[in-house]
Amino acid sequence: MFRPSHFAAVVLFALFASTVFGITMRDNTRAMIRYGAYCFILFVGSAIVLSWVMFLIAR
Amino acid sequence: MSTAPNKPTAAKQPQGFVYLPLIAGWLFPGAGHFLLRKWGRGALLAISIIGMFALGLAMQGKLYTSTQDILDMLCVAGDLGSGLLYFVSRMLSLGGDPVQTTVAEYGTKFIVVAGLLNVIAAVDAHNLRTGRKT
Repeated sequence: MFRPSHFAAVVLFALFASTVFGITMRDNTRAMIRYGAYCFILFVGSAIVLSWVMFLIAR
Repeated sequence: MSTAPNKPTAAKQPQGFVYLPLIAGWLFPGAGHFLLRKWGRGALLAISIIGMFALGLAMQGKLYTSTQDILDMLCVAGDLGSGLLYFVSRMLSLGGDPVQTTVAEYGTKFIVVAGLLNVIAAVDAHNLRTGRKT
């Protein structure tokens, strides 16, 4: 059984989803890469921010 | 200053069965793009969607089979988006049931989202086929 850490699971999820979003939502290669990177950063960044928010609320 | 009159351009009409890339893309991730000779895009989509589905199974994620309530029904719809991957996995009895660990819960969501992403990819192939996207 594959047991990634929570952060590794977030990164894998963001990587795959961003790839599909980038390819399907934009028309040319450059825009696809930019949009995919943008989505990846938003996925991972929002997960980190929300994790800190929940950590601070739980204290 | 006169301008040249616009020549009526013949709209490029798609030939053949326009829904073929949509159906192929649903049945197998990336196949719709492969049919349209978009090899790079198709390969990346196939790797992403199959990878996500396979990782979900490797995490002992659950393949939804029955619809007990509305949320289960939505998850079945998401799983069905994976096309043949879902049916073959069901035939081989892959996936964990019931979900007992946190990682398995993540796996279940990976499988559902892989199906939803595959639907987006199949619709993208259809848009390429009809000329709505280049």
